[in-house]
Amino acid sequence: MQKSKLGLDFQKVEYARGLAKGIAQDVQTFVEQYTTVAVERTLCRLMGIDGVDDNDVPLPNVVVEALKDKGVLSEGALFFIANAMIQTGLNPQQIAEKVAAEELDITKVVTTDPKQIADVLQPVIDESMARIRARRARREHYLETIGEGPKPYLYIIVATGNIYEDVVQAQAGARQGADVIAVIRTTGQSLLDYVPYGATTEGFGGTFATQENFRIMRKALDEVGEEQGRYIRLCNYCSGLCMPEIAIMGAFEGLDVMLNDALYGILFRDINMQRTLIDQYMSRIINGFAGVIINTGEDNYLTTADAVEAAHTVLASDLINEQLALMAGLPEEQMGLGHAFEMDPMLENGFLLELAQAQMTREIFPKATLKYMPPTKFMTGNIFRGHIQDALFNMIGIWTHQGIQLLGMPTEAIHTPFMSDRYLSIENAKYIFNNMKSIGDEMEFKEDGICRNRVKEVLGNTIKLLEDITKEGLFTALEKGIFGDVKRPKNGGKGLAGVTMKGANYLNPFIELMKGKR
Amino acid sequence: MSEGLYSMEAKDFDKTLDLSKIKPYGDTMNDGNENPSVVFYQELTPGFTFLNCYGSCTHTVDYTNIYVPKVESNTMDMYETDEYIKENIGRKIVIVGASTGTDAHTVGIDAIMNMKGYAGHYGLERYEMIEAYNLGSQVPNEEFIARGIELHADALLVSQTVTQKDVHIQNMTNFIELMEAEGLRDKMICCCGGARVTHELAKELGFDAGFGMNTYADDVASFVVQEMVKRGMK
Repeated sequence: MQKSKLGLDFQKVEYARGLAKGIAQDVQTFVEQYTTVAVERTLCRLMGIDGVDDNDVPLPNVVVEALKDKGVLSEGALFFIANAMIQTGLNPQQIAEKVAAEELDITKVVTTDPKQIADVLQPVIDESMARIRARRARREHYLETIGEGPKPYLYIIVATGNIYEDVVQAQAGARQGADVIAVIRTTGQSLLDYVPYGATTEGFGGTFATQENFRIMRKALDEVGEEQGRYIRLCNYCSGLCMPEIAIMGAFEGLDVMLNDALYGILFRDINMQRTLIDQYMSRIINGFAGVIINTGEDNYLTTADAVEAAHTVLASDLINEQLALMAGLPEEQMGLGHAFEMDPMLENGFLLELAQAQMTREIFPKATLKYMPPTKFMTGNIFRGHIQDALFNMIGIWTHQGIQLLGMPTEAIHTPFMSDRYLSIENAKYIFNNMKSIGDEMEFKEDGICRNRVKEVLGNTIKLLEDITKEGLFTALEKGIFGDVKRPKNGGKGLAGVTMKGANYLNPFIELMKGKR
Repeated sequence: MSEGLYSMEAKDFDKTLDLSKIKPYGDTMNDGNENPSVVFYQELTPGFTFLNCYGSCTHTVDYTNIYVPKVESNTMDMYETDEYIKENIGRKIVIVGASTGTDAHTVGIDAIMNMKGYAGHYGLERYEMIEAYNLGSQVPNEEFIARGIELHADALLVSQTVTQKDVHIQNMTNFIELMEAEGLRDKMICCCGGARVTHELAKELGFDAGFGMNTYADDVASFVVQEMVKRGMK
């Protein structure tokens, strides 16, 4: 049994984990019966379908809409693409182009023989799988040759709206010491039911996630990584209405980290809960296979609810997110489970409560690449105090061996970061991470002290909450506003119209292939 | 060495305080007349260098002519506001809020509306005499207004966090235009808020009040109820 510095009762932890597993299994039983327009578009992309029609509609949308219009989406895109391949002898891209030109009706069925369908699809499937494997191997080769920065990885964001400006900002950040560059998406992209195409130079509060933008940034980071002798990871957002599609684009273009929470879209973007839970499954299967670290978004609960009172909801959600991720075949090392430093800075001994929470999260998820989020809610525009808040946050990051440290900016609450702001933040983190490197190995927590008592309380409340969710199921719990004080109806929110029960001929061989073959 | 620092010799310090020409203050009046000096520099990436510079500011500020428009209401706490509503309005009032347009940030509207509130100031949901509806983020203006009508809102609160390329100004202008087009502008009290929102900006855009940094639910609620009474809204 693992030894806890905080006197955590690991039997209780395992009990909590068991409860989360039950909750996740319940969801999983539901998820496996359904597909969504986003999942089917993902399969189109895995068939090599890409590009847009004359009206800039992405071809995967064209194909899936054609199936949806005919009311046959439940049989799945692969079934019809296979039929069209047999019938026409064309490849999937050519078929999609013909559908866009209204020259081909792909809902015509020539065979339902599973063997015949599997045979025609096999070469295309093999090609996609090989493409993702090659990307993964490329990353692994870099890690073996030029290596990477020590953990916690320094994670910064760029958000200019223009991918070419993002490149300048990202390379500057990498030269100063950043290990992970996240390109924030333009506000509102999560609610688009398609992924825009091509390089983009206009966005608000961020830059469109497109496959071409991924490619441009990957190339820029490889360049600067080789120059600095350190692999630089690229992060984007697998959330919103296109979770699995963004995942597959990332897998094709060598992204390393993806925000990919099972519940975030439901709570904070008002996306329908059925839609998100089905989409997160496929997106995590892809991320797992592609070697991508996922980040979960529990930090957001604490921007709406109070960080002291709602600490147990973060742990409960981390446990559920962990179980759902395991069911998608995602290894623990690739789980960037989220938590945050968001308590009111005026709170007496708040630092100890934050420290206790971070250490507890570390001990409960020992293998995870935990993602630790900086203060945002109580950043005031006073850049000097903000810089000190970020310093305290960094101390806890190194002390409790976090995996990814999302660097706080002194100018949080004022503007999207300037190049100079990132410099100050990176300097702050590098100074503290080096100067306090082994503090976690030296320090212990006092018997019956503030920290030990705090985690006992948080774990106890987590168990109570998980017991409640177990009784009523996750869907009902979400309807009651259990996370982040946000209530969402099961049939409300955006994207429900894109959910369909799988039909008799439905197939998605990638689920087994990706979960089985690492 | 540093004897100059401790010199007891009389110096001719500038002691005039001219409020029409305020200059930066270092440690004596109108000081800081050295040449700007670069005290620290660090190259960030080719073409960009981070610099810390200290120097004198040659601009002056005319303090006698500064006018800061402020929300004109007495800020009351939650209990006082609830009492005020009972005495002067005599029914529960309805306040509907959202982070509107494409803005995905709820931190501002949550700080004002959530039961818990922010920094020790209870949010509107906790007020006994206020029915508060927080519609969350990314609510289109049309939908927001429609919900306001449906809920018989006395006041609408618009929260804006993202301000890149002045997206918040466009969105708030659009909101006021819609309210006017629907003939609702005078029927509901319209407030906006956000870290980059000022009362002056709000008035300019056609809102009744704007709430920026360091304002809380108390300020918003106090303004709304007093404005309602002023307008005779019952």
